Amino acid sequence: MTKAQLIEKLSEQVPTLTKRQAEVVVNTIFNGIRTALAKGDKIEIRGFGSFRLRNRRMKEGRNPKTGTTVSVPAKRVPFFKAGKELKEIVNK
Amino acid sequence: MRKADLATEIYEKVGVSKKEAADLVELVLDTIKGILQKGESFKIAGFGNFVVRSKGPRKGRNPRTGEEIGITPRRVVTFRPSQIFKKYVN
Repeated sequence: MTKAQLIEKLSEQVPTLTKRQAEVVVNTIFNGIRTALAKGDKIEIRGFGSFRLRNRRMKEGRNPKTGTTVSVPAKRVPFFKAGKELKEIVNK
Repeated sequence: MRKADLATEIYEKVGVSKKEAADLVELVLDTIKGILQKGESFKIAGFGNFVVRSKGPRKGRNPRTGEEIGITPRRVVTFRPSQIFKKYVN
């Protein structure tokens, strides 16, 4: 399922909601998570999971084409951990 | 940040009641969960993909007692952030 399909489904399930509003709802949720993480905030969504940042140390990488060694700088990556309910649901 | 914060933002932006905003957050999450339950993946451009992966059986060990135990095959949800999301947090 893609974001467009989610918006479609949402506006079908909630007849009082216009498609435009459904789009704002979905965008608000994902932009909200992204912005919170960028600020260094943790996001915990009960029943679904949590998002936080993980630190990656600097490492030596290699250009696969030329074989030259390059250093890959330390960075932060978004990390999602599935919640208990979600873990159980996918195993049913 | 929690669900209530997302609901508040939706309440401010969409022009629905607070109760409706909270229900909408719940509905979106339930829809995503339903998709993942079917083993389907969920993709949001600019954010990332949620993918269900199957894991085979393997042997584990109780870290406290050192006792060996079997881990049954299972399905897990993984999230792969998009390039845009990765850039966003750095």
